[in-house]
Parts: sequence; structure tokens; C-alpha cells
Amino acid sequence: MKIRAQIAMVLNLDKCIGCHTCSVTCKQVWTSREGVEYAWFNNVETKPGIGYPKDWENQEKWKGGWTRKRNGTLQPKIGAKWRILANIFANPNLPEIDDYYEPFTFDYTHLQTAPESETMPVARPVSLLTGERMEIKWGPNWEEILGTEFRKRSADRNFDGIQKRIYGEFEKTFMFYLPRLCEHCLNPACVASCPSGSIYKREEDGIVLIDQEKCRGWRMCVSACPYKKIYYNWQSGKAEKCIFCYPRIEAGEPTVCSETCVGRIRYLGVMLYDADRIQQAASVENEQHLYQEQLDLFLDPEDPQVIAQARADGVPEAWLEAARRSPVYRMAIDWKIAFPLHPEYRTLPMVWYVPPLSPVQSAAEAGHVGWKDGLPDIEALRIPVKYLANLLTAGAEAPVVSALQRMMAMRMHMRARTVESRDDTAILARVGMTASQVEAMYQTLAIANYEDRYVIPSTHREYAENAFDLKSSCGFSFGQGCYDGRTVGNLFSASGPSAGRMAPPAIREANEAAAAAATQEPGR
Amino acid sequence: MIELYDSFTAYLQGFLFGIYPYICMGVFLIGSLIRFDRDQYTWRSGSSQMLRARQLRLGSNLFHYSIIFLFFGHLIGLLTPHWGYEWAIRPETKQLLAVYSGGAAGIVCFVGLSLLLHRRLFDPRIRRTSTFADMAILVLLWVQLTLGLVTLPFSLGHEDAGIMLALAAWSQAILTFQARASELVIGLPFPYLAHLVLGMTLFLLTPFTRLVHIFSAPVWYLFRSWQIVRLRGGATARPGPVPRPGLAPVPAPVLAEQRPRVPAE
Repeated sequence: MKIRAQIAMVLNLDKCIGCHTCSVTCKQVWTSREGVEYAWFNNVETKPGIGYPKDWENQEKWKGGWTRKRNGTLQPKIGAKWRILANIFANPNLPEIDDYYEPFTFDYTHLQTAPESETMPVARPVSLLTGERMEIKWGPNWEEILGTEFRKRSADRNFDGIQKRIYGEFEKTFMFYLPRLCEHCLNPACVASCPSGSIYKREEDGIVLIDQEKCRGWRMCVSACPYKKIYYNWQSGKAEKCIFCYPRIEAGEPTVCSETCVGRIRYLGVMLYDADRIQQAASVENEQHLYQEQLDLFLDPEDPQVIAQARADGVPEAWLEAARRSPVYRMAIDWKIAFPLHPEYRTLPMVWYVPPLSPVQSAAEAGHVGWKDGLPDIEALRIPVKYLANLLTAGAEAPVVSALQRMMAMRMHMRARTVESRDDTAILARVGMTASQVEAMYQTLAIANYEDRYVIPSTHREYAENAFDLKSSCGFSFGQGCYDGRTVGNLFSASGPSAGRMAPPAIREANEAAAAAATQEPGR
Repeated sequence: MIELYDSFTAYLQGFLFGIYPYICMGVFLIGSLIRFDRDQYTWRSGSSQMLRARQLRLGSNLFHYSIIFLFFGHLIGLLTPHWGYEWAIRPETKQLLAVYSGGAAGIVCFVGLSLLLHRRLFDPRIRRTSTFADMAILVLLWVQLTLGLVTLPFSLGHEDAGIMLALAAWSQAILTFQARASELVIGLPFPYLAHLVLGMTLFLLTPFTRLVHIFSAPVWYLFRSWQIVRLRGGATARPGPVPRPGLAPVPAPVLAEQRPRVPAE
């Protein structure tokens, strides 16, 4: 047994309101640069929908994740190593930028410089790739709140095995939000597919990072990641991905997306796992067993044997303490209400999701939902259980039903207590929970205090490095030392590409005209 | 006047085929080393496939596979000493082999390179996101390849393989630092000389362009385990808690056997 610790995340989809604050703050901090305008380390999709990039869950098309060979071993779905190298000159499974969207800005200057006219001037979209006017045909969140026709959205792979036609009807339609980021997997396919070996998982906290110095832009990771959460920076020629805000995590602070989540849906906590069993767990034959296999990888932080071995493997004391208070552990293991996203990709993802309950209380009271064993009938809810199961448990419905029942029971119990001043212990017994467990769950899910959501030990940099050596250095930057993140001209790289930095002709001419006008009228 | 011309030609010959090779080799080696050492963030293949896959799938594969063949063909053909092969193959046969295999690869490469060049220059997305160096190196490669193809009829016209032997002798003389190496290529037809000069220039320019990705051909990927786990900042062992004065001493953790990688194979 080799114990490692990882900071894992859980997102409570039941409370996500789709405000995109996570995406926007993440973008502001990490990807507001040329070359990654189109990249969203964190994005929020409306489900059902084909998502961003288009149809990312269709692994027959993109070949992401792992495939289990007949002899029981794993290999990236894009192929064995020789095949990955053979495709290095033109990766056949690489999304084009139009699968994400062509990045654009608007010709805002025109609003100020347009001559007098009968109609309002309009800021037309301009491509950030070519600098030319363009028509926006797709975007990072094109399907927001059931945008586009159902016929197109229903290409969503999670409809597999569902009679989906009825969900196109107005009365039957359903939706929920799915915020997505890098899963920081235990068995990452991006790491495995990187020919230059630049992607690695950090031993201390499990964060998967790309060494920007070592990346050579072979772009195999983009294909291999089944979540399509590695982005090719077309300007720098390097791959980039969510870094789990590691500078913040190291300091014991939550990631930007978590910190700014207004719905309080995100949880961060330490998970201990047995690194020696990763391969075994990921290569189990039946896809539907992957969820359970991953659960079994996680170790009980209260177990004295685990603690002793973790200490022997160098897990710091603060991390063991954090693991004992981990909200992720509670939701994933104790209450079993959190699930991995698409475990069938066999990457053992570490960003888990609490499935959304459909708006049920008023529907139940109005008699729209049947009752079964004293609980509203989960199978009759608006969101088909099969859809959630396809998303979270490779199609196994029982764990999802159990989780939804527990969340429902929690609501009914707390409602009975606050409204009717009585304890509904019968219903708790039916879902296999005690009153104290449900109250803890209520505290975590509904109240969701900051200190309950984020239990992050600092990594004690003061032990790890000599701070004196960092004197006068540049802090967080790209490349060696003092880059600001873009490849500016130097001896070895001529100058950077021009398009994004160069204003489109129309804008430039308008600027020049405005400047000329200003010099002619010094009074203004 | 003719004397002046002749002496200038002689000087140019001496410079281009006696001195220029060393300038190119020096810049190629030192420049690449400095760039690798100082500026790895700029060390990349510079792929534009993500912006436009059209024309690239075919063009890039044709170009790369054939240029690798051509590179090793030149390397082996030019640098194998005469005694290294004369017992196995006659120079005339070797020349025929070189002309036909090289010619076939050259034509494939020409198709691929032309596709790539057309895409680079005429696709607005690629054109606008290319640097001057990206476009210039592609044009130079195209010209160099065309020159190489132009030499083929000349070689076929000299069945005694004299040109091939002269070129091999020159390359080997340069690499073994023979003075008067430049005299070995005097009188060769112009396309050969132009091909040589432009070839050397490509070496000269390599450190300043995306061509450096050639050095990074990730062959060793075949021999590594699937997963890579690293400690932060490249540390080799996790530092344990440090005992501080005034506090009870912290028991030193027993580090388990270092296992940096988790194979999933």
C-alpha cells in the first residue's frame, strides 16, 4: 500500500443556479490571454446538450479516456504508444477551434466613431484569429438554458438507452447545469498520452499540471482527455489546463471557482487513497463497477493503520487532520451522494457531483409525482434517472436513486422538524440514515458554511523551500522567470503572431481617424 | 575583368564551401543549446492543426514522413565513408538507389510541402497567426526541396557516380576539418551548389525557428511508463516536518521506498 493524498472537489448540482461566476472569475484570473481566448478551464453547460467543445462526451468520435484491452490491461483510447507517435504529425482526433468556437470581440470603436445615421450604430463581431468581421455561429455556452432546438441538443450521449423523443415536448422538458473543470484524475489519460512527458500528477496534492517548459505542443493530451479539458494555446504552441489554482491551494485557500461560487455548491477536501491499487481499480471489466472500485480506493482517515501508513509515506500531519474533516469524504463515502463524472472513461476523476433533484416539493404536493414507500417516486421525477446514471455511474441507476432518496429524505425530515416540529425518523430509516447523519448532511449541503465547504491544509512551503532563494523572483509566471504569459519577440522566436494583438483594419482606421480629428480640434 | 571575376568566384567558393559550413554548424549547435537552456518556453512544434485541420492531415504526414526519409538518406549517403560500403555495393548502383528512392521520397515530400505552404500562405487563419519565421522557413524548405529535385537529372546524366562521390568526400572532409575541403566541389553543376548553400543555411536558421522541434522527437516515450508523478518544484524527496526550538521534537517520518511512477500498464 502506498498512500497519497489529493485535494478533491464535489459540486452539488442540486444547488447550481448556472450564474457562470465560476467560469468568469476563472477566465479573468487564468485565461484572459491571447491564444487561450477560446479556452475555459471552468465552464458551465446546460444539460441536456452537446456541450463544449461540441459533443465532447462522444468518445467514439474524440477517442478520449482509456480502453480496456481484451487481455485486461488499459491503453489510451487514441491508441498504443507507437500509434500515438505515428499520428504526431497530424493528430486525427484533435478538435478544431470551431468545435469550441472561434474567439471574437466586438468593433466597439465603431459606436464612438460612426457618423450620424438614422439607425443606431452596431458593434459588429470581429474574429480574434484573423481580425476580420465574422458571423458568430457557436459559442462556449450556446445551449444555455435549453437554447437551440431539441433535435440538436438531444445528440447528448447521456440520452443513450432513453426514449428521448418525449423530452423534446414542452411539458416534459428538463434541464440542469453542469459546471465542468479538469478532473485531476487518479489515472489521467492526458499524462499517459504526452509524448514529451510534460504532464504530471503532483505527489503532494494530486493536482495534474503541464510543465510549460517541457511541453512541445504534440497535442495528444487534447485528444486523450475525455473531458476535453486540455486546451492548445495556439499562440504559445503549448497545452494548457486547469491548474486547480495550485498557488491558492498551497496557501490553504480554495480555488477561484470555489471561492466565488455564489450558490455555495463547491466543496474541497482531502482524500487519502491507495496509489498501488489505481491500475487494478481502473481496469475492472464492468464499467458500472468503476464507481465502486474508486470508492474502494479511498481510505478511511480514522483508521489507525491508514494513519500509520500515511505517515510512513510522508503525508503531513495537517493533511491527515484535514482528511478526517473532509467534506468530500463525507459526501462520497459516508452519505454516498456524490459521484464521479463519467467513470466509464476509466480515468478515476476526482471532481465529483451530487446529482440534482428535480423541482419536486410543489410538484409532489400538487399530485404530479407518485409516492412510493413514503417517498416521492424518484423514477417519476422530471429528470430521468437513467440520464443521471449515464452521466455519473456509467448507467447504473441504483446508486443514483439511493442518493436522490437520501437528499429527498433529508428535505422531508428537516421540513417536518421546522414546519411541524416533529422528527420523521421513519423516512430516515427507509433511506438507511440516522437523524444525526442527516443533520450533518443538512449542515453541509444546505447551510454550507465556508469552513465546512473548504477544508484545505496549507502545504507548508516554509518547510519545502528556502524562501531566501525566492528573493527578487517574479512569483507566478510562465516559462522561466519573468514572462507575462505571451511569447514576445526575442532572439529565438522572431515576434509573436500578429492577429490577436493587431486591431482589425476597420478599428485601426477608425482609431486613426479619431486621433486625427482630435488633433484638429484641440478645444475638445 | 575576367581575372577579377575568377578571383571573386574562387573566393566565394572558398568561403561558401570551406568557411560557411563551420559558421552554420557553430550557430546551429551553440544556438540550439542556448535556446534550450535559456528559453524552453519557446521550444515547440508550433502546430496550427487546431486552427485549421484541412490540408494539414495529408500535407503534414506526407511532408514529415518523407523528409525524415530524406534526412536519413542524406545522412547515411553522404557520411558513410567509401570503404564502408564499397565491398557491398558499387558506387553506380548506390547512386541509382539514391536517385530513385530519394526521388520518390522527394516527390512525396514536394506534394506535402506544397500543400502546407499553400495552407500557410492562403488560409487567412493560418496566415494571420503565423510569424515571419514560420512562413520564411517553409518557403526556404520548399525551395531547397525543389533544388534537390532539380539535381536528379544531373545525377542520372553522370552514370559514373562522380558527383555523388565528390559530395560525399566534401561532406566528410568538412566534418573531419580538412583544409581545402572547398576544392572538392569545384565545378559541380549549379543546382548542387545552391542546394548545398541553402541546406547549410537551414542549419544556420534552425535555432531561430520552430525547426528546433526536430531535436525533441519523443522517441523515448515508447519506453516510459504511462503515468508520471512528480514532487512539487522537482524535489526528489518530500521534506518532513522540521523540528523547531522550544517544541517537542517531531519524529522523523520513515520514508517508504521511492516510487515516482504509477504504471497503469
